[in-house]
Amino acid sequence: MALSGIEIYKLLPKTNCKDCEFPTCLAFAMKLATKQVELSACPHVSEESQSLLAASSEPPIRLVSLKSDGYEVKAGNEVVLFRHEKTFYNMPGLFIRVTDEMTSEQIQKKLKPAEEYLVNYVGIDLAVDGYAIESTSNDPTKFKSAVESVRSVSKKPIVLICKDPKVIRAGLDVLEGESPLIYAADESNWEEMGEIAKNANAPLVVSSPNIDSIAEITEKLKDFGVLNLVLDPANRDLSTSLMQFTQIRRLAIKKDFRPLGYPVIAFPCHAPSPETESIQAAQAITKYAGFIVLETFSPEALYALLVLRQNIYTDPQKPIQVQPGIYEINDPKPEDPVLVTTNFSITYFSVANEVEGSGQPAWLLVSEAEGMSVLTAWAAGNFDAERIAKDVKRFEIADKVTNKQIVLPGHVSVLSGELEEELPDWDVRVGPREAVDLPAFLKQAL
Amino acid sequence: MSIEIPKDSWPGEVRTITIGATAEEGGTRTSTVTVGGEKTLPFMHFESPMPYRPVVAIEIKDRKPDDWSQLLNETWGEVMENPGLWAKAAEEVGAEIIQLSLSLTDKDGNRNTAEAAVSAVKNILENTGLPIMVYGPGQAEIDNELIVPISDATKGERVVLGICEDKNYRTIVASALANDHLVTARAPMDVNLSKQLNILIQDMGLSLDRVLMDPTTGALGYGIEYGFSVMERLRLAALQGDAMTQLPMAVTVGFEAWKTKEAKVGVDVPKTWGDWLERSITWETLTAISLIETGADIVSLRHPESVKRVRAAIEELIAVPAIA
Ligand code: B12
Ligand code: SF4
Repeated sequence: MALSGIEIYKLLPKTNCKDCEFPTCLAFAMKLATKQVELSACPHVSEESQSLLAASSEPPIRLVSLKSDGYEVKAGNEVVLFRHEKTFYNMPGLFIRVTDEMTSEQIQKKLKPAEEYLVNYVGIDLAVDGYAIESTSNDPTKFKSAVESVRSVSKKPIVLICKDPKVIRAGLDVLEGESPLIYAADESNWEEMGEIAKNANAPLVVSSPNIDSIAEITEKLKDFGVLNLVLDPANRDLSTSLMQFTQIRRLAIKKDFRPLGYPVIAFPCHAPSPETESIQAAQAITKYAGFIVLETFSPEALYALLVLRQNIYTDPQKPIQVQPGIYEINDPKPEDPVLVTTNFSITYFSVANEVEGSGQPAWLLVSEAEGMSVLTAWAAGNFDAERIAKDVKRFEIADKVTNKQIVLPGHVSVLSGELEEELPDWDVRVGPREAVDLPAFLKQAL
Repeated sequence: MSIEIPKDSWPGEVRTITIGATAEEGGTRTSTVTVGGEKTLPFMHFESPMPYRPVVAIEIKDRKPDDWSQLLNETWGEVMENPGLWAKAAEEVGAEIIQLSLSLTDKDGNRNTAEAAVSAVKNILENTGLPIMVYGPGQAEIDNELIVPISDATKGERVVLGICEDKNYRTIVASALANDHLVTARAPMDVNLSKQLNILIQDMGLSLDRVLMDPTTGALGYGIEYGFSVMERLRLAALQGDAMTQLPMAVTVGFEAWKTKEAKVGVDVPKTWGDWLERSITWETLTAISLIETGADIVSLRHPESVKRVRAAIEELIAVPAIA
């Protein structure tokens, strides 16, 4: 639990020696409580106080990370229930599942396209985070070879799924030096699974349909020395899972309830159809999952889920933006037109992608609009004729072009008159409203 | 261990609003839809039962639109030429409400007329027993020109008229008042602007029991995070007791989702976008579900398959967990 300034003060030497550059220990404590200074700035704190203070500054949801050669997937460290209260930090990892009853060829056939999958959304490359391997055979040898098959396709982090410790051990043998996620400990096997997790230094999932039992097991595992835990409230219907994921998140964040202060894993892979699977996964993304295991690899569903994840985990205080300036698309020549847009990433990429795809050369003037979309910026007064004219001058685009043809987004056609006044020697044109119609416009209208 | 689950108990609750009127109630609808009444966040059954489920409206137009995705044209086919038949087809595939969006022009590009709009609405009322919402083309002057006669012609039906925005709400509200209708109030993604508009509408004498609120949303990939958060904030404010936010929320998911490139364009897009039809439906469905889970009471959709999926998900979400 985070301590108040007064509580922290009680743990300080109370000498007011000013070595921390604050006038009093109390002043320092107050700053510490709001995390504006580091404890290390006071050279005189006792070791005991240090450990108490360190424990109190632990995040309410533990950061758990899966590692493999060159990859890491992190979950946890969240501090709010609603993204508008601050932001969500660690996006849930998306894992695609295979089983050990699939042949090596089947595994490779399923995972190769998933491994190659890379989709660009507003300049960000999005991909699958890793794979889950489930033992449906309960046979250690089969499991081991399934893990080997996955490793022959990918180096990304892995979730090993089987309740039988023997089988998990066989899988781990292949993953020397990695921290895969082990699934799962329950009432019956937690000690043996805990042992395995400890030895392998791998995080461990605790699974039970009942969150009371989950909390009991996490406490036992913690005393046993297993600290990196992940929770699976094993109810798969939308309603129960929404309730339990919410309860866990609230207990961790509002009550600082440590036994449930871990990331949560969701299993849309058990959904009855790909359609319901993507709905379950979407719920998991918006409502608190740290890891998500999918059955289906389908580009269209994955693209939607990756975008949703990106959107929900965007910092509400900072729209994703691009640098204002001049962007050259398809090698523009001096006679090519100048297109104006804003520096909101979604806007910029909608336009840039269309122009690029059209093969038509153009200069793209990205105006400083506080990272807002065309209409939002216009409504907020961040995208008007004056500003555009200023950016035309600031970026010296007139030196690069001969035709001086400048195209406004169709949605702000109202600006054309004023822009003509601001830029008397330019030919001001109004483009289509939507970027999709730009290729045709560039071909025909200009 | 027996964990004490923290339960939020909120002082406020969302108003309950019924759309449509049956013969006994002075209308002609064979069914009505009631939304709202939430006393806690969506689907938190362990805190308070959810009195009414979120509902799915299907958005149709008064004539075949020029700018809808080819996929939608293919699905609906010929009925798009006749709003009555379109409404009927929508009812058959699971609409709980018909949301008519009026066109700005006729198919030859002439300005839409009151006569045409009224006759489209009458045609719809004859062909379906569902309650209806009627939204203008979104330009103040013509909205008023079309909505008022429709309002007069459907007196007593408890139609939802829209869209009221800060620049244009008076005429629509006055007409709703005169004819016992409801309205949708839309503000651009801002809690305070929503509240302000609701106050203005209430000041005209329309009870907030007749107002739905549309906080505006963006589609997946195009600003959904803003819509998501503003709805979450509005619903939290309502539960905390802020009377001006205690209205059911209606959002035009289909309109937003189907204007994205992902849904509109099938050729020359990255291969990693996958199958066009499935992508579009997923786009609409996931936008809808995400917003329903933050507080949407009515989502207007366009594709029958999305309607099916979203309704199935709602069905699952309103089931009280066995362990709650
Ligand atoms: C998300 C959003 C917000 C977000 C901001 C997101 C951001 N970073 O910009 C938030 C919630 C903060 C917001 C705030 C406001 N918003 Co706002 N917002 C939206 C929303 C829902 C989506 C905007 C969006 O992201 N579109 C996607 C991008 C890609 O679109 P775009 O930039 O227009 O680009 C497209 C085209 O313009 C074209 N294009 C772009 N560049 C170019 C260039 C050329 C040459 C060409 C040809 C084409 C072209 O291509 C793109 C794809 O087709 C819209 C409504 C809607 N559904 O569209 C309202 C909307 C834009 N907002 C609006 C308003 C009024 C506001 C506020 C002023 C409200 C207020 N008073 O608080 C504030 C202003 C901000 C402030 N004061 O802080 C109004 C604007 C009304 C109007 N017509 O003037 C809208 C239209 C909502 C409405 N219907 O009332 N908003
Ligand atoms: S350095 Fe430590 S002991 Fe000295 S004033 Fe600062 S907090 Fe107090």
